[in-house]
Amino acid sequence: MSQLRQIAFYGKGGIGKSTTSQNTLAALVEMGQKILIVGCDPKADSTRLILNTKLQDTVLHLAAEAGSVEDLEVEDVVKIGYKGIKCTEAGGPEPGVGCAGRGVITAINFLEENGAYDDVDYVSYDVLGDVVCGGFAMPIRENKAQEIYIVMSGEMMALYAANNIAKGILKYANSGGVRLGGLICNERKTDRELELAEALAAKLGCKMIHFVPRNNVVQHAELRRETVIQYDPTCQQAQEYRELARKIHENSGKGVIPTPITMEELEQMLLDFGIMQSEEDREKQIAEMEAKMKA
Amino acid sequence: MAKDHVSGPEDLENLIKEVLEAYPAKAQKKRAKHLSVTTATDEEPDAVTGIASKCDSTKSNIKSVPGVMTIRGCAYAGSKGVVWGPIKDMVHISHGPVGCGQYSWSQRRNLYTGTTGVDSFVTMQFTTDFQEKDIVFGGDKKLEKTIDEINELFPLANGVTIQSECPIGLIGDDIEAVSKKKNKDIGKTIVPVRCEGFRGVSQSLGHHIANDAIRDWVIEAGESEAKKSYEPGPYDVNIIGDYNIGGDAWASRMLLEEMGLNVVGCWSGDATLAEMERAPKARLNLIHCYRSMNYICRYMEEKYSIGWMEYNFFGPTQIAASLRAIAAKFDASIQEKAEAVIAKYQPLVDAVLAKYKPRLEGKSVMLYVGGLRPRHVVTAYDDLGMVIAGTGYEFAHNDDYKRTGHYVKEGTLIYDDVTGYELEKFIEKIRPDLVGSGIKEKYPVQKMGIPFRQMHSWDYSGPYHGYDGFAIFARDMDMAVNNPVWGLFNAPWDTPAVAAE
Repeated sequence: MSQLRQIAFYGKGGIGKSTTSQNTLAALVEMGQKILIVGCDPKADSTRLILNTKLQDTVLHLAAEAGSVEDLEVEDVVKIGYKGIKCTEAGGPEPGVGCAGRGVITAINFLEENGAYDDVDYVSYDVLGDVVCGGFAMPIRENKAQEIYIVMSGEMMALYAANNIAKGILKYANSGGVRLGGLICNERKTDRELELAEALAAKLGCKMIHFVPRNNVVQHAELRRETVIQYDPTCQQAQEYRELARKIHENSGKGVIPTPITMEELEQMLLDFGIMQSEEDREKQIAEMEAKMKA
Repeated sequence: MAKDHVSGPEDLENLIKEVLEAYPAKAQKKRAKHLSVTTATDEEPDAVTGIASKCDSTKSNIKSVPGVMTIRGCAYAGSKGVVWGPIKDMVHISHGPVGCGQYSWSQRRNLYTGTTGVDSFVTMQFTTDFQEKDIVFGGDKKLEKTIDEINELFPLANGVTIQSECPIGLIGDDIEAVSKKKNKDIGKTIVPVRCEGFRGVSQSLGHHIANDAIRDWVIEAGESEAKKSYEPGPYDVNIIGDYNIGGDAWASRMLLEEMGLNVVGCWSGDATLAEMERAPKARLNLIHCYRSMNYICRYMEEKYSIGWMEYNFFGPTQIAASLRAIAAKFDASIQEKAEAVIAKYQPLVDAVLAKYKPRLEGKSVMLYVGGLRPRHVVTAYDDLGMVIAGTGYEFAHNDDYKRTGHYVKEGTLIYDDVTGYELEKFIEKIRPDLVGSGIKEKYPVQKMGIPFRQMHSWDYSGPYHGYDGFAIFARDMDMAVNNPVWGLFNAPWDTPAVAAE
């Protein structure tokens, strides 16, 4: 068995982290890798496409029923999905109550201590939208994920979130050895999207791993609770995910310490790309519009 | 002959410098602002004490320096331990993990009448005992269940308060919603108190939060039966901020009643929920612990036009002055009776002074306590002829230091939020005849060969308020200072006479 590789997918909420990660992992399993997915989102939807159903028994719900995590066995919480991928979800409270961050910490410690990581090649963490508190930074901390892949797009807020996540990685890079694996651009068909993604990658000092084109087949597969790899293994989109998986696999140990930029630099980048107007231009435009209105 | 210990303002200034030298530069700069020696002032001397000095530039109510041993408490201690805990007919839940409730079990020495576990609950411990799952999924359901259980097991409890421990604020539990719901369910007063320990710099914020909770969830919660049925009289007063440590409130209340006043509510020593509800019907609020309960007095002044005044029942000089000042707020009949009360206790005072003053006169005292005591008890020592060498507050604000000038003479050492190290050094160099502070300070000081009295709990004695309290106070101080054990401090083989043999 080769050295255990731990990776994590982060990114702005709704960017397609879970979809991208599950498709990629489905492609990795085709390459003969043994995989464990750890869903770190209280919604517990990080393994739905692999299991072809929503996982009901999350670590935390079972623990709450049994009394505490000490009362659980790994077998209770790990389910087997597509081509033998092991799946588990941390779970957590419904929105607005309790502390989901603490839940993630509890769940990951439990899985690690009870041997869920034995006999796999890959552990993949899928973490909810933003790193809102220490709990959700758990996978980037000491001895957890070695490489973080940030799923993003050409949208302003996705770029902003990617930069913020890079800041989080930088914070733990020296103490725990986590690295930024690179950016995965999930196409949203915004202006000059690929160029923008590449520019951000250059600023952060990392690789643009792959540009995943938008394709409706993803939606069709998702509706059937399947990955594209499973739903339509021969389609072009499946090839894209296989390509992404291959690149991630070959990226082992090639992560970098990111160099996040300031908000001003980020805005300047958007100005340079002509996506955002400068204040002067906008004022000029308003003046022109007003002149027209008067005329 | 060279002086072997520090005395006089100049010595004290030098002592402060010497003590500060132990700190790194940044801590030194910070702590220097909290240590001072009282200076002269042109202000009129206080009418009762005849004293005017100044220490109001002492910095206070600021975060303690990390790494020092501070003697302060937290907001939960201020709410549960001080303000709410003594209210005897309510159950106070320590909401969160078990530690805070466990270690505050038994309460302070807030004496009360009643049957514990039946209609009174002060010394009992109630906690929601949070486990990991309560943190992750929230503890509101568990809280509801706890309130239901309390209601079933203790039907004579008139209400419940929820004293928040740190995690409640972190995980964002909605204890206010639970309180409203349970209030509807069981028809009893339920008070959520957001006194998470990490809030503020000391227990002081806990007092404020607890005062606000009384305002919002008791006084403004609507007309209770207790309040509606109460017929106010012309001599109704509230005692505010007397926690009945060792029976203090009883000794105080007695004097007020003897002078013809009617004590509607005593907050919160030996108090009931009904006393709090009825309080806005009184004519005057008499405030003993200004620091912990001035907030609610100011509120009642604004909302119900009830005046408030501070008083001091430590030592006969202040007691007489306070009784007269209180009486002056009422008619001649009360004023006459106040004089009669003072006259009645004069023989007791004379006897106490005749017995103890000769034994204690000229002895020096250092104090380090909380609330009002660093200044208020000074006059009781003064009456016994004892001299205050230094005093300090755990959690004072600037207004406390302003008031301190009326109590301590020029050249008194003042230490705010003193650290364990500073206090020990000060005591070592000043070598007072008595130190009054808390349990944590007691044994190190005694090991230095210096008599000590606990001035938070009255060292399991009390009361110290009122005339009866003064007699006990004088006896206790004599017992500490003149205890023959201090003459046996050196080992026999270290005394020259024995060594020579």
